[in-house]
Amino acid sequence: MIERFDAIVVGAGPAGNAAAYTLAKAGLHVLQIERGEAPGAKNVQGAILYADALERLIPDFRDDAPLERHIIEQRMWVLDDESFIGTHFRSDDFNKPPHNRYTIIRARFDKWFSKKVQEAGALVINETTVTELLRDEAGKVIGVRTDRAGGDLHADVVILADGVNSTLARKAGFRPEIEPKHVALAVKEIHFLPKETLESRFNIHKGEGVVVEMLGKITQGMMGTGFLYTNNDSISIGVGCMLSDLMAQKTTPYELLEKMKAHPSIQPLIQGGEMKEYAAHLIPEGGYNAIPQVFGDGWLIAGDSGMFVNAVHREGSNLAMTTGRLAGETVAALFKAGRPMTAVNLADYRKRLDDSFVMKDLKKYKDLPDIFHANNQFLTTYPELLNRSAYTMLKVDGVDKLSKEREIFASFRDKRSLFGLLGDAFKLWRAFR
Amino acid sequence: MSTVNVETKLFQNRYLVDAEQPHIRIRVPSLCEKKCADQPCVVCCPAGCYTAEGRKVTLITDGCLECGTCRIVCLERNLDWEYPRGGYGIQYKFG
Repeated sequence: MIERFDAIVVGAGPAGNAAAYTLAKAGLHVLQIERGEAPGAKNVQGAILYADALERLIPDFRDDAPLERHIIEQRMWVLDDESFIGTHFRSDDFNKPPHNRYTIIRARFDKWFSKKVQEAGALVINETTVTELLRDEAGKVIGVRTDRAGGDLHADVVILADGVNSTLARKAGFRPEIEPKHVALAVKEIHFLPKETLESRFNIHKGEGVVVEMLGKITQGMMGTGFLYTNNDSISIGVGCMLSDLMAQKTTPYELLEKMKAHPSIQPLIQGGEMKEYAAHLIPEGGYNAIPQVFGDGWLIAGDSGMFVNAVHREGSNLAMTTGRLAGETVAALFKAGRPMTAVNLADYRKRLDDSFVMKDLKKYKDLPDIFHANNQFLTTYPELLNRSAYTMLKVDGVDKLSKEREIFASFRDKRSLFGLLGDAFKLWRAFR
Repeated sequence: MSTVNVETKLFQNRYLVDAEQPHIRIRVPSLCEKKCADQPCVVCCPAGCYTAEGRKVTLITDGCLECGTCRIVCLERNLDWEYPRGGYGIQYKFG
């Protein structure tokens, strides 16, 4: 007997879980397939959870979700080799429930989310890799082939939430291979520390958290950023760079991470921690222009596999949850109306995406990746100039302040010229406006 | 080449190694030796799965983090790259 489902969801990350949850809640007979030994076993993120996207699915998620700390302070650091200059924003407003952002540990969080999916009525099978999509003579997707014996499974529609590499979408020709300039490689470690040490080190109380976002010479001239997040009794620290830059500069990612950890402003924050895991993950950062076709006859793509990441604002998992939810809602609406899962009908997914913040935000920043690619002064020259300027201004050494100002201005003009400075200001304005 | 020992990092991770079926395979090893000048897989792989002795590239997938970097940087398209069989490979404790 051939087992048949209304919908199959491939992958149990934020996109797949959001899709499966939405479909199961709408009463569809849903199968979700995960290749890890449990949901989360293959998934990597910084990780920050933005409450809003999850709240729309599970309004009371705070009751039992494994959340680490809510964020009360955001630090943005621009680093050169010896120093950082930056802004810190901390507010007691962030302590007022409901909290807006949390640090999470994905292996724990994804397991919890999957439990919710199963409670909603979806069938979840782990330790199963989907090897290809099954298609009929006309090319319509009619199910999936798995690596289990007799592993063909059929459904009216398949939602691909199989992550950034999406072997399924590539093999089916729905999506081309990712270009090195459209993807960042991030490596991260988790360091455990006694809770009390962590709280005194970051000047926080129980449950409160700090995030540090970093750019500058830690990426050695490559386009990328670093991060440090406080969990309950651990710190997540990592760095990511565009793959094209790593290739061109012949830099090994774990060396970059080691150098960053040894930076005089960063090392004291992680000192004494016990490293318990090292992870790597690709982040699709091509933005709006890299988004592939996201629907067709019998299929939809959600989350990282659809390249839905807002690299500028470090948002990914919320876009994954939102696109997963919208994919689920599209399918559920067609199912309820008794309409077939054809490309024409599933095109409604694209419309829902265009109407949401997902596409609006991605469209807004569509030129930014190219601007940073072509102008690495933003990540090398300026961080150094800013840090040296601060050092010059703050060092009391008998030189008068006006001379110091002149010295600082001259250093900027020497490095970038007056037109260069104006041009850079214009480029930044154009990119972020 | 690299002064950082990535193996001490990977040692902290949990793997279920599929000894029978490596999930990534170099299609034509001579192509790496003769055609690929930069061998970016050796540099970019975050788990150090690719090593070069002279011009010869060796791949051992045991420490693979399944990120996909090698496949994307292999501009010669000389890799058969699949996910491991269900349940095998890296099993993140934290992720």
